[in-house]
Amino acid sequence: MDVKTGFFYFFAAVLLFAAFRVITARNPVHAALYLVLAFFQAAAIWLLLKAEFLAISLVLVYVGAVMVLFLFVVMMLDINMDTLRQGFWKHFPLAGSVGALIALEMAAVLMGGFRTTEDTRPAGAAAQAVVQGAGQAAAQASNTKDLGILLYTQYLYPVQIAAVLLLVAMVAAIALTLRERKDSKHMDPGDQVRVKARDRVSVVKLAPTRAAAPATPAADAAPENKA
Amino acid sequence: MTLTLGHYLSVGAILFALSVIGIFLNRRNLIVLLMAIELMLLAVNMNFVAFSHFLGDMHGQVFVFFILTVAAAESAIGLAILVLLFRNKSSINVQELNELKG
Repeated sequence: MDVKTGFFYFFAAVLLFAAFRVITARNPVHAALYLVLAFFQAAAIWLLLKAEFLAISLVLVYVGAVMVLFLFVVMMLDINMDTLRQGFWKHFPLAGSVGALIALEMAAVLMGGFRTTEDTRPAGAAAQAVVQGAGQAAAQASNTKDLGILLYTQYLYPVQIAAVLLLVAMVAAIALTLRERKDSKHMDPGDQVRVKARDRVSVVKLAPTRAAAPATPAADAAPENKA
Repeated sequence: MTLTLGHYLSVGAILFALSVIGIFLNRRNLIVLLMAIELMLLAVNMNFVAFSHFLGDMHGQVFVFFILTVAAAESAIGLAILVLLFRNKSSINVQELNELKG
């Protein structure tokens, strides 16, 4: 058991523990922080798999952006956890059996399908090394470079579509949560553009005679004199 | 004992099963449901990266890149909807979301 295997078991154990705590934590802030831990461990495992760019981008995107968003929302909402935790363990037998079934089915596939590949792999590894040797020697320099070459040549249009998708998501998130403050005095630019001249000036028709005009100054003057 | 593809796939499988259990357990709490979905996507990404490494094919990592993009967009919109929901109903209990009478 070499160092890499030891690291793998350590990271995997912490990852699974953190995932378990995410789904059972009483406080959602703790759940979010354990999710951060889980993402860090997954990034470490991806580093073992020589996917450096994805590991770093997992930390940057998830821990740096998505989980901060989660923490903001969790701390902004005033959640009554007691009502949300009602009957938490009531469905555990069903949940446990479904989860165990999924894990067992996947294990059956893995044991049936991939134990054979791991046995044949060392035999094929030498041939594979010869085939990949030329390309690997040059490309071994950087996983990021390989990924970038692939992304910006073969996957150029999907990258553009992903960029548009992120833009649409940003606009949608802002539009969903935007609300006008009631106490702010603001102009609606649409109304300003749509205004007509007859809305600005209104001609009021007044009666030609002024009746009972002298009565009001006297009524106004009386309190002034008193003050 | 060296690491094989099965090791990484097992971690992904257990992670996926844990997040399914989490969805069952936290079926009232919308925030933890979103977190469990993130864990599921992480398990899938783990499988993609493991296959990409052991088969020597970079296309799997490109797919993980796009999954990360979509997951970030999904969680941003999900949290926006969550905030809107809490503003209107003062609760994030899934059991109380019966306005649509579906």
